[in-house]
Amino acid sequence: MREETSIESTKLPMISLRSVTKRFAATTSDAVHELSLDVVEGEVVVLVGPSGCGKTTTMRMINRLIEPTSGQIVVEGTDVLKRDPVELRRGIGYVIQTVGLMPHRTVAQNIATVPDLLGWDPARTGDRVEELIGLLELLPELMSRYPGELSGGQRQRVGVARALAADPPVMLMDEPFAAVDPVVRARLQDQFLAIQRRLRKTIVFVTHDVDEAIKMADRVAILNVGGILEQYAPPEEVLRSPANAFVASFVGEERGLKRLGLITIRDVELEPVAAPADAPFIDDDRTLREALDALVTSGSTTAVVVGADGEHRGVLTLERISRELAP
Amino acid sequence: MIPLAAEPLIRWDWIGDHASEIGSQVLEHVELTVIAVVIGFAISFPLAILAHRRRWTYAPITWVAGVLYTIPSLSLFVILVPITGLSATTVEIGLVSYTLLILIRNTVAGLGSVPSDAVDSARGMGFSRNQMLWHVEVPLALPVMMAGIRIATVSTIGLVTVGSLIGRGGVGQFILEGLRTLFQTEILLGAVLAAALALAADGALLVLQRALTPWAKGREEEVS
Repeated sequence: MREETSIESTKLPMISLRSVTKRFAATTSDAVHELSLDVVEGEVVVLVGPSGCGKTTTMRMINRLIEPTSGQIVVEGTDVLKRDPVELRRGIGYVIQTVGLMPHRTVAQNIATVPDLLGWDPARTGDRVEELIGLLELLPELMSRYPGELSGGQRQRVGVARALAADPPVMLMDEPFAAVDPVVRARLQDQFLAIQRRLRKTIVFVTHDVDEAIKMADRVAILNVGGILEQYAPPEEVLRSPANAFVASFVGEERGLKRLGLITIRDVELEPVAAPADAPFIDDDRTLREALDALVTSGSTTAVVVGADGEHRGVLTLERISRELAP
Repeated sequence: MIPLAAEPLIRWDWIGDHASEIGSQVLEHVELTVIAVVIGFAISFPLAILAHRRRWTYAPITWVAGVLYTIPSLSLFVILVPITGLSATTVEIGLVSYTLLILIRNTVAGLGSVPSDAVDSARGMGFSRNQMLWHVEVPLALPVMMAGIRIATVSTIGLVTVGSLIGRGGVGQFILEGLRTLFQTEILLGAVLAAALALAADGALLVLQRALTPWAKGREEEVS
């Protein structure tokens, strides 16, 4: 079981917001209010909340696209306000919802943007572009195409490849998968999580979609209107014990089911009892939510869990699943 | 109709006899046009950048360019002759003045048509202000800017003919002389050459525009 409490003292925060407030000119209330937040190296932190909660503003203050009114933002040990904004931004990956690919540059040129700005040797840039095309599973023949000739999903992947190009330790992603249909979005999310498991970037990810937040996050920051942090915890904890009524209502219905969706069968202690002959089979890399679905649709109370090698791992019962949700 | 009894519509022999003169007038026409558009663009471009970046300057800049555009070309030449004489400079001042409004408006519109997400992502990736201008904004504004250059060039080619009144009118010289001597061949020659030059210039600039913006293929309607 995952047992994450507060941030371990051994890991230094890669990004640290300290009492950050932003009030835009000609407005009477703060867009972000006294926000303090540490992002640990290698984690995905998702900023989520209703519109007007300052999630995008918060993200854009990290690479100084927006300047805070007060407070301090430290990235890799340095106060961002003490750094040259242009140089700071070249060291931080950036992906936005509409991707913002340059229509007049080919896919390869788009991916090479930051290496070019940094003055990399063309051969090194070329190798890197090819590597990223492979990593994002893009077809090599797309390299010479213009963004206008790509599908929405391809564009999003080129956007991610471009943000990864100079191998920045920190990435900012503002609803990077929002502009595509749900099927493509789910595939992009899975692909990105698989890449992230290998690369271990420190990522600040903004979304308004609570399900996306739960799926992508190592830690979720739930913001309320005016940039007030309501809860900052791993998704499992947010679902198990929402900090207050706002969080509970924002996370929405089916909190139990969503929590089951975060637990992989492999991580659950299985029972070695024999299963009835009509019991459904389920792979151990599935989630408890999928196991529950298999059980209720087959009318059985017991499922046989199968490993990747086809070997029976044990059985999973309805009663065992509901115990996971018990307080 | 000008009564021209017993004259054929066009006297090809006259045209053949004056080939070198025709050549030099065409060359003068092209020169006057190119110089006017190049200088006009050199003045318009920085003004358009200023108007794009400091929005409040747009109205006064286009007001001045608009006033210049409104002055009838004939009056402008007449006003300038005592100052700059019967020279190419007089014609160029007039011609340049008329390109400004079109070029400034189109360049500002072009810069305004640059997708804001491309600008935002470029800023987020660490483009400096100059890099943004030359590598993002200008290339993406090019289709609309080129449309302005095409209009300015074509209208300049038309205006050059008015310069014939002070002796610097390119192929307009034939029209003026033909009218003075009631010689239809010369009138037609001047008119056809001016129209042909305009069409050729427009076509050449369109080809150039396509070559400069291969990415905009098949979406020009969208931009304009």
